[in-house]
Amino acid sequence: MADNRSGAAHEVAHQEHGHPGARTYIMVALVLTIITAAEVAVAYVPSLRPVLAYILITLSAAKFALVVMYYMHLKFDSRIFSGVFLAPFSLALLVVVALVILFKLIPFV
Amino acid sequence: MNHAAAASSDHHYTATGLNTFKLGFWTLIGSESLFFASLISTYMVYKGESVRGPFPSDVFNIPLTSFSTFVLLMSSLMMVLALAAVQRGDRKGSLLWLFMTALFGSIFLGCQAYEFTHFYHAGLTLGTNVFGSSFFILTGFHGAHVLMGVIWLLILWVQALRGQLGAKDALTVEVAGLYWHFVDIVWIAIFTLIYLLD
Repeated sequence: MADNRSGAAHEVAHQEHGHPGARTYIMVALVLTIITAAEVAVAYVPSLRPVLAYILITLSAAKFALVVMYYMHLKFDSRIFSGVFLAPFSLALLVVVALVILFKLIPFV
Repeated sequence: MNHAAAASSDHHYTATGLNTFKLGFWTLIGSESLFFASLISTYMVYKGESVRGPFPSDVFNIPLTSFSTFVLLMSSLMMVLALAAVQRGDRKGSLLWLFMTALFGSIFLGCQAYEFTHFYHAGLTLGTNVFGSSFFILTGFHGAHVLMGVIWLLILWVQALRGQLGAKDALTVEVAGLYWHFVDIVWIAIFTLIYLLD
């Protein structure tokens, strides 16, 4: 198999190692920490109760995106990896949203 | 692990030019997303349906969970630093960051064990109410994934200690990292949806 590698394979393999450096990783960790602190802080603010779910889900999505893009390297790797992950993940998200709408938001189901 | 190491050193590539080991692992992560989505959905559907306590507001300790969330996020930073060290062939760095990742994962598990014990003493068990059932199954499965990750990291650490983990094995460490970060993103969702959106 090793002998069957094509030029494209070499190229992709090279691209896979084009990962960010320690400085970027630490910056991402710093942003993740700040977002987590913000999440906990807003959860304790009574006046934000009506919009709390929207704020928390947005902040959580930002953390998710940072980890997936920078730590899991999807921003730098082949788009095929992104597709292989995002297709089932989108389905998973749809399942959660559909069940919550069906059982929690539509009355008398 | 030997299969993993073999896969990385033999460099098996698909017709797309992508490594089969890494592509297969991303597929596994995709299926794991559906698995955790089913558990999170179950918790959300049964949320507020318990007819007797303890209820989430009676037992949740947000400061403790925030701390364990921070620990798990920082373990992800250490994991990428471990991968960078392995890619450079830096043995000392590999040993340090792999060990620190496993240590932070263990601290997270310790927090979870403390939390579960606290809940048990507060009268919440798997069979107390639907909150207990759905909560323990969701967080228990997540904890089991973290435990598997810690074991995997310790195996890599022992390999690094024996000088068997070099730059040629970077893909093995990268895939272990993918697993670790996936466990982290699942917790990001659990922390928000289960703990903060009580």
